Formats: sequence, C-alpha cells, structure tokens
Amino acid sequence: MELYSLTIHELRELLKKREVSALEVTKSYLERIKEVEPKIDALITITEDFALQRAKEADEKIKNGEDTDLTGIPVIIKDNISTEGIKTTCSSKMLENYIPPYNATVVEKLLEEGVIILGKSNLDEFAMGSSTENSAFKTTKNPWDLSRVPGGSSGGSAAAIAADEAAFALGSDTGGSIRQPASLCGVVGMKPTYGLVSRYGLVAFASSLDQIGPFTKDVTDCAIVLNTIIGHDSKDSTSLKIDKPDYTSYLKEDIKGLRIGVAKEFFGEGIEEGVKETVQESIKVLQDLGAEIIDISIPYVEYALPAYYIIASAEASSNLARYDGIRYGHIAEKYEDLIDMYMVTRSEGFGKEVKRRIMLGTYALSSGYYDAYYKKALKVRTLIKNDFEKAFEKCDVIIGPTSPTVAFKIGERANDPLAMYLADIYTVSVNIAGLPGISIPCGLSDGLPVGLQIIGRHFDEGKILNVAYAFEQANKFNAKPQAIGGAR
Amino acid sequence: MKYEAVIGLEVHAELLTESKIFCSCTTKFGGEPNTHVCPVCLGLPGTLPVLNKKVVEYAVRAGLALNCTIANFSKMDRKNYFYPDLPKAYQISQYDLPLCSNGYVEIEVDGKVKKIGIKRIHIEEDAGKLLHENTDGSLVDYNRAGVPLIEIVSEPDMTTPEEAYQYLTKLKNILEYTEVSDCKMQEGSLRVDTNVSVRPVGSTELGTKIELKNLNSFRAVQKALEYEIKRQIKVLEEGGTIVQETRRWNESKGITEPMRTKEEAHDYRYFPEPDLVPIIVTDEWKEEIRKSLPEMPHHKRERFIAEYGLPEYDAKIITSSKKMADFFEKCVLEYDSPKTVSNWLMGEFSRLMNETGKEIDEVPVTPQMLVKLLKLIDNGVISGSIAKTVFEEMFGTGKEPEVIVEEKGLKQIANENELREIIKKVIVENPKSVEDYKNGKEKAMGFLVGQVMKATKGKANPQLTNQILKEELSK
Ligand SMILES: [Zn+2]
Repeated sequence: MELYSLTIHELRELLKKREVSALEVTKSYLERIKEVEPKIDALITITEDFALQRAKEADEKIKNGEDTDLTGIPVIIKDNISTEGIKTTCSSKMLENYIPPYNATVVEKLLEEGVIILGKSNLDEFAMGSSTENSAFKTTKNPWDLSRVPGGSSGGSAAAIAADEAAFALGSDTGGSIRQPASLCGVVGMKPTYGLVSRYGLVAFASSLDQIGPFTKDVTDCAIVLNTIIGHDSKDSTSLKIDKPDYTSYLKEDIKGLRIGVAKEFFGEGIEEGVKETVQESIKVLQDLGAEIIDISIPYVEYALPAYYIIASAEASSNLARYDGIRYGHIAEKYEDLIDMYMVTRSEGFGKEVKRRIMLGTYALSSGYYDAYYKKALKVRTLIKNDFEKAFEKCDVIIGPTSPTVAFKIGERANDPLAMYLADIYTVSVNIAGLPGISIPCGLSDGLPVGLQIIGRHFDEGKILNVAYAFEQANKFNAKPQAIGGAR
Repeated sequence: MKYEAVIGLEVHAELLTESKIFCSCTTKFGGEPNTHVCPVCLGLPGTLPVLNKKVVEYAVRAGLALNCTIANFSKMDRKNYFYPDLPKAYQISQYDLPLCSNGYVEIEVDGKVKKIGIKRIHIEEDAGKLLHENTDGSLVDYNRAGVPLIEIVSEPDMTTPEEAYQYLTKLKNILEYTEVSDCKMQEGSLRVDTNVSVRPVGSTELGTKIELKNLNSFRAVQKALEYEIKRQIKVLEEGGTIVQETRRWNESKGITEPMRTKEEAHDYRYFPEPDLVPIIVTDEWKEEIRKSLPEMPHHKRERFIAEYGLPEYDAKIITSSKKMADFFEKCVLEYDSPKTVSNWLMGEFSRLMNETGKEIDEVPVTPQMLVKLLKLIDNGVISGSIAKTVFEEMFGTGKEPEVIVEEKGLKQIANENELREIIKKVIVENPKSVEDYKNGKEKAMGFLVGQVMKATKGKANPQLTNQILKEELSK
C-alpha cells in the first residue's frame, strides 16, 4: 500500500500516531506526480520546494501538538484560485505569468491548518468549458482512459484525485465544473450552497454562480474539508453568516424514512442507457436502505441551460473586461493606439471559447437586447428557484445522474459548443438556484465511472453528506483507474 | 426673437470618509503615485468589493440636507467601459435605484428665492488618474481609484449662469456644513459638468443640449455658460442648428471649443453588481442620521442675528462657510463683542485669505490667538492700527500676538511723562502748525498728531496724545 493512495482520514490516523511524517506523505505524492503526470497532464504548476518546506512545518506542528484534521495533508488547487507568490494562470495565455500578491480566503484557511500545497491544476480557460480542452496550455486526460476527457472545467483537479496526485483538491463550480468532472473521473466532488464558502480570491467567471468546493476520494474526506473551508468572510459580501456545523457528524449510515426525490426531468433525452441503469440501481440501493423514493417534477429545469448561458456569459463579459494589458498579464507587442492595444491584447490573450462567451454576454447586456435576454434569464432563474422550493416541500434531497454520459473522447465535442454545453444539463440548475450538490461515484458503465448527483436545500449539506455516506457504505466503489496503474 | 437658457448641473463630490468605498485604503489626497492601493482597488483577479457603510451614511446625510427622499432599498450596478484609469473596466455605480432622489435647494437671485430641483444623488467609486508624461506613453496613478463619490444631478431648473453659480455655491455650502465633502475644486474633490440648451422664450420644447467640461471653478462655470448661451443664440439667429456635442471651456481664451474625441455613443451595459448585496437603509438608521445633521446655514444665520446681535449682512457672510462660523463662535465664547469679531473676520481676515487663496482652516491663526489680539487692543497695549500689522505677522508666521508685540517693540507709549517730552519736541519743531492751530485751523491738530505718531512709530496712545497736545498747545 502506498501513502498516496490513502484518504485524508487514513493519513490523519498515521500522522497522528506518528507512524509517518508529513514529509514522507509529501514525498510519496511528489513521486506519484512525477510518475503519472506525463500521462494525464493534470497540473500547470508543481510547487515542490514550497511543499517540502510546508511539510517540515507541518511535522513541527504535529510534534508540538498543534495539529488539526488537515495538518500535513497534501492538496492541489485549481489554477483559478489565487495563491500568493504562486502563478495563477486560469489556464489562459492572458495570465500565463501572473503571480498574485495575495491568497484566496480558502487558501489562507488551508495554510493555517498546515495543509501542503503540491501544485495548481489545469482547467478550461477561466473555467469556461466541460472537458478541460479549452486550456491554453495542455489537455488533461482522464485517468480511466487516456483518450477521454476528464470533464471540466475543474478537470485537472478531478483527474489529479483520481490519479492519486494529492489527498484532495479544490475546484470551482459555476455550472457543474466540480460535479461533472468528479462524475467523469470517479471521485467525490461537492459544490456547496452559494455563499457558504468565500469567493474572495476565486478569479471570477460568473459571480452570482461561482462557488469553491472540494474533490476528495470519499465522502468522509469531503465532510472534513468542508469543515475547514466554509464560513463567513468579511471580504466577500455574498458569503453568509451561519453557524458552522461539524459536517462529520452527518456521516451516518441510517437514512430510514428520509424522502428522496427523483425528478423525471433528469432522465430525459440524451442520457446514455448505461448511465441511466447505473443511477437507477443506485436509487434501488437507497430504497433498500429504508429511504422513501418520491417522484417529483422541476418543470422549468429545461430552461436552465439557456438561462445559465445568458447569465453566466453576461457576468463573464464584465468580469473579464479587466484583462486589458494595462496593469498585469498579457499585452500586445505592436499596436497603433489605445483601442488597438485593447483589441490586439484581448484577441491574442483569450482563447476561442472565452471570446465566444464574452461576445454572447456583451450582446445579452446591450441596450435593446437586455430585456429580451438578461432580464428574461433572471425571470427564469426565479422560476427555477421556485420549482426547487416546491419540490423540497415533498422531499429532503433530490437525486439523479450528474452527467448524461460517461467521459467522452478528446476532440469529440471540441468543435461543437452546443454538444459540449449539454454536458452540464443536469448540473446548471443547481447553480441557478444556489443549492448545494454532490457527485459521488456509483458504478461503472463500459468501464467508465458514473456519478450520482445528490442535491439538497440551501445550507443542507449535512443531509446530502448523510445520504452520500450511507450510499457509499452500502455500495463501496473500489474500482481504480487502470490506465495509469492504481495502487489499491 | 428672445431666447432663454435651460441649464442642468452634474456635480461629483468626493466623500470625506477615511477609507475608500470598497477597501480599507486611505482616501488621503496626495501621496506618491500608487501607494494608496491594494489588490481590491487595483481590481486584481479574484478580489471582491465590500461596501463601506460610512459611504452610505455620508450620502444619506447629504441627501437629507438636500431635502431628498432616501430609498429604503437600493443597489449597486456595474457601468462597463474601457479606460486605463478604470482598473476593473467597469465602475461600480448606481443605475436605476439611486440612494437619494427628488430633493431641492433654495437659491436667492435678485432678492428672490428659487427652488432648484435635485433629481438624484447616487454613490459610486472614483477612477484613477492618467498622468501624461513626456515619455512615449502615459502613466496611471490609482491612488484615487475607489475613493467614494456622490453624483448630484440637478433638474434643468436654472435659466441663467448666475443661477447656476448660486446653486453651486449653495450646494458647496451645504456639503461643507454636513461635513460630507471638503469640496476642493483644485484637488478635484468637487467636479462640475453642465448641460445647457437655449430655446425661444415661451417655448416648452427643449433645445439641443451641449455638455460643457473642464470647468475648474464656479466662476468658470458661470463664464462658460455665459459664453455658450451667447454662442448658441447666435448660431440659431443666423439660421444654423446646434449639434449635440461635448465642448471644453478654454479658460485663457474665454471660449468653449468642441472636444476632439473618438468616443462613439456609449452603451454602458449596466447590470446589477453581483458581488454586492442590496443597500438597506432602515427608517431607524435614517432618523439617526437626520438627528446627527448639523445646523444648516440659514438656521445658523438666523441664530447669529438673534443670539449675537449681528447685522443680517454680517451673519450672512460669517455663515457662508461652516468653518468661518465655527471660528466665529469659538472667538465669541471668550470675547464678548461679537460685532468686533465679525468686523475682523470680514475685514483683515478675509482680505488676507483672498490674497493668499487660503481657507480659514489652512491659516495658522486660531480663535484663541485672535481673541488675544483683540484683548491687547482693549487693554491699551497696542493701538488698532498696530494690531493690523501684528495680525498680518500672525497670519504669515503663526506666532502669538504678544510675542510679536514684544519682539518688534510695538507696545503703546502710555507713559504720560515720556509722551509729554516727545510732544514738546514736536511743538518746538513745528512752529508753523502751532501757529495755524492757534489761529483756529483745526486741521493743524491732525498734522501734529501725525507728527507724534511718526516720532513714536505709531506707538503713541491716541487718546493720551490728543489730551497732552491740547494741554501743551493751550499753555
Ligand atoms: Zn484599496
């Protein structure tokens, strides 16, 4: 058994008993990264020196009895989360050499606990995409099949955890960017309620939808990481003041009498038969555990995708306007005047998908079109929120597939944006409504992982973790990706 | 045909909060370029704004003082445009739900009171400043980026440049009184844009409006409007049409000229700022702010007349600036002759402030120092005319009056024997004048007093001088 294959709570036991040191754990992961990284390309930056130094500090903490659940645990952070002194590229040529002078609040919280940062992971440029193919630097491969995508936009973080490159990872989820790659890579990924985790330091894509969340190897780890990263932040006005619960207290096998909603809209057109069957079997497992399965409907969810693309693109067109070559980042070498400098800089610095969304968003906000697009999308947003509220009168959580398909081939949808957008069809509505959602592996279809999505009420992460944990215990997902050689 | 002008004003005032609107950087004016900045006001990737509650409070204070309705619910919006001084390429401002609306100020023109409507007051962040260097490019200083502003938009209720001038004066007065802004146009903490159009008297349709920029003083606003109104009328009278444009006031030539810009019609693509939550002003908070409002100028004026017995003219001038009024009140607390204090403030004090272009709080003379000076006169230590010399020295150096009197030996000669000797000498030296006096020429007396003053360098006590002279001459 290799150290890198262990979960956070398993490593924690060993570290606490001083059976291993944080330095040994870190070295094990760094070795693993060297071994598998050439095959999967999950990382943009590897912070080896920083990690080794942090590991020594973590060992000091443990020695002095100042350790907590995450002390000495290695993490990989999505490269759109600000890390002081470490490049934060957003996988964009625009920020290829940008080194932030400050840490995101989540990074600050992890560092305080003694977490070890191993590196920064690849993503679709500025988190726009569902396959990580939109990165300006590399295409991450799915550890289960190197010819397939890991999903996106947090594909690097998902693939890194599937390939045991870290004990856990952070990602961001605007329309499914944590849950969909978690599903495609066979790991646990959670998007918390909007406002639960501070967005300060997360490079904004769509401010009203973005949320940071963890990738872990099991549900217990997810609860442990959540305990650390949540909480009100005075630097983020949209982060909410709530009492911090201990999420590990929800890790119970008992779900008797819990009402689980199944929405017919989440099994519609375009879903792969294998995915459908696997998810239906999972529902059966939960039923056998004593949960009550209730049929529900979320009628407006079919408009979630168009509404999402208008709202997210509108906000993105404004959020990404600051990349103008004046203060930092890429700047054109040759230009005639100011306007030309802006145009050349942005034409060179942004990739195709980013430009597409900036144009879409600019159009949607333009006078004369605002009411027809942006305003209407906001109305749809309200309707979807109402739908979920009504549904949650009948049930405690809602479940369904995370993604309509298993991991698709690299290049298969790269030139078909609409097909690519459909990858998020089951996840965007959760962002639109600001709800929490998790994806946990629930089986394989044609040898590729299938994800089960569990959606809860606002700030009801506890109940989601309860159901996820009960399912995980009843239906152990022991498969490991074969393409890179698993250790377990 | 007779024409009339329609004038509207947009005033931007920087608020006097300690820190910026969305971060904790200082709002202090000056400072080396790009030293009052942080990741938030530089708009670095991932940073978020957090609204400074003081900004809302200050804006509400201004709104209440300007008789506005305060919105219980308002929000911030993004105004999107590209310019190097704008770090995020959008300005966080307010679009359709401003904090304050429907207010007014009363101005007095030709003895008549007129109400000028205030359409709205909203809060927003200031941009940085472009420094045009002599190198091959421009530099940007972001110290000012994120300094809180209120934009006060008037209704187009003014018809003459004089009304515009009075409106601005009154507005500045109120903003200073409420301590919302220091309104220093030289430092850019108060900026004025104006819209003006003309139309035939009696017409209800509005003419094409021209926006005027580069107005660096209230007088400049007045002069630019005077010029622009004449220009527009001339164009119309010659059968031409006014083209909608932005014109720049050229102070040295005294004309307005078209601004050469490549700007196209702007579409700012306003939308609600998703990084901030709505602004809620509860009735309780509003009342609390209302109660904390200081006495407004017209109330103060009336009180000064009643309480200190000042003539209306004096009261008006003294209360035209809150700082002056405060200075006055501090003086009369320790000195029981309000009219004497107001004479000094309106006289020597104002004269020197005008000459040096200084505001009362930039002058080293404190109320205590002025009171000391007045008491020196009352006690006969110095004469009134010497006091003026002393005051000028105080104004320039900040030295205490008694120190100046001592250092320069300006004490009055009030010793009878000493003065009598000097006077005897003057009589001996001026036999012609003595004779004139004895022949009934009263004027000669004045000349002799002047000679005494000359001999004593002005330090002779005037009453005593008169008395001794008369005694000596009648001998
Ligand atoms: Zn700042």
